[in-house]
Amino acid sequence: MAEVRAEMVANVWKVVAAEGDRVDEGDTLVILESMKMEIPVLAEGPGVVTKMHVAEGDVVQEGDLIATIG
Amino acid sequence: MLDSVLVANRGEIARRVIRTARRMGIRTVAVYSDADADLPHVREADEAVRIGPPQPAASYLNAAAIIDAARGAGAAAVHPGYGFLAENAGFARRVLAAGLTWVGPDPAAIEQMGDKIRARNLMERAGVPVSPGSREPVTDAAAAAAEAARIGYPVMVKAAAGGGGIGMGVARGEAALAAAFETARSRAERFFGSPEILIERYVEHARHVEVQILGLADGRVVALGERDCSVQRRHQKVAEETPSPGVSAALRERMLAAAVRAGQAVRYRGAGTVECLVDAESGSFVFLEMNTRLQVEHPVTELVTGIDLVEQQFLIAAGEPPSFDPGAVRPSGHAIELRVYAEDPVRFLPRPGTITEWKQPAGEGIRVDAGYVAGNTVTPFYDPLLAKLCVHGADRGQALDRARDAVAAFRVAGPQTNLPFHADLLASPQFASGDYDTSLVSKLRPGKVPAA
Repeated sequence: MAEVRAEMVANVWKVVAAEGDRVDEGDTLVILESMKMEIPVLAEGPGVVTKMHVAEGDVVQEGDLIATIG
Repeated sequence: MLDSVLVANRGEIARRVIRTARRMGIRTVAVYSDADADLPHVREADEAVRIGPPQPAASYLNAAAIIDAARGAGAAAVHPGYGFLAENAGFARRVLAAGLTWVGPDPAAIEQMGDKIRARNLMERAGVPVSPGSREPVTDAAAAAAEAARIGYPVMVKAAAGGGGIGMGVARGEAALAAAFETARSRAERFFGSPEILIERYVEHARHVEVQILGLADGRVVALGERDCSVQRRHQKVAEETPSPGVSAALRERMLAAAVRAGQAVRYRGAGTVECLVDAESGSFVFLEMNTRLQVEHPVTELVTGIDLVEQQFLIAAGEPPSFDPGAVRPSGHAIELRVYAEDPVRFLPRPGTITEWKQPAGEGIRVDAGYVAGNTVTPFYDPLLAKLCVHGADRGQALDRARDAVAAFRVAGPQTNLPFHADLLASPQFASGDYDTSLVSKLRPGKVPAA
């Protein structure tokens, strides 16, 4: 079980992966937006997205859970 | 003279405009979003008006709220700063229609220069050199491939209505072009509301050099020297200097003359900047774009010329002559600006947060234009610029020494900043030698800088 967390305060611009999706290392899970920059959040290893904790338009704080990959 | 002005911006540029307005006896009105209520620009104005929630679209891009604020506060003029609505011709027209003075160029000039394809065509006709590129917008991938083949690789792909480096990409072949085109098109639609794409020949190892112009109230256009903006990450400027170490006296003369022709071609009034790419080896340059507003890095020009550019903007908007003799501009010494961003100093990723300590350098030849003080929170809603650290020296060597000392003395705690990057930049032999181009930052941070 891998937990993917936000590196910084940001808005969730796009949720790219959905629960149940199989992902590989480097696949984009969501795209955050902070300070006029788009920041893709990537899967750090292969697995299935068991839980997506954010929705488009959410504001995440540093350390908030974005997705769980099992 | 204008008796009052609303400054339609935030942070350091709002403070900077307010400072000159106060000195000239102009009453100032600040605007702020809910995220910025505690910032110094709000306190320092004679009056401040809340214009909306933090999201830029609801506040600093909200033309109706800003014009209502100007009317409500009895402001006679609107100064847009840079970014946000500064190059929005529709906003300029609404300001004028409301009976207010617009501290900026004619909306028609903003429009002509805002469309990068139109601007290129116009410049070519005015005798300003342009690189090979599209004369009409490119709107689909097949047309992009054909256009790139005609122009010749490598090419730069960018939004015709764009700015700030957003969506720009270099393609060295057909496969990369398809990806660059798709990225540019989707960002162009999202950020600029237009899918039109411009493709032009990419100049390798170029310096990014721009010329400051002023279109005076009597119709004359004067050039106030150049700024070298080659230190960039993600196609965005990080440090600037004047004069450019890569521009000879003869090249400078040709660039300044071309910039004056560019301004004359659109009957330019006010402060503007003609951006060019310079091939230092061949001594040639091409027009890149014209920014129809005050530029972030305008302080370096002010430091070497002694001219307050915001003062000239107000005088021109009021139809008055400039405060200096346009025939006797003699730049003196060397100036460098370092942009202090709330970002990590290695990968340059945003680092918002609350500022717990702010100690800025002071002393001879040092100017700091800051948007924040200790206790303020840097939010994710706006760009990461915290302050501009500017130094002036008798020559480049003295300016570099002052910059190194000033960076070492600048203390910010809370959000991470790129001050350590500036220390590395100033310590690097490439920057110190003056012989560098737009690839410098990626050389200082190999493999670390993500694409735009």
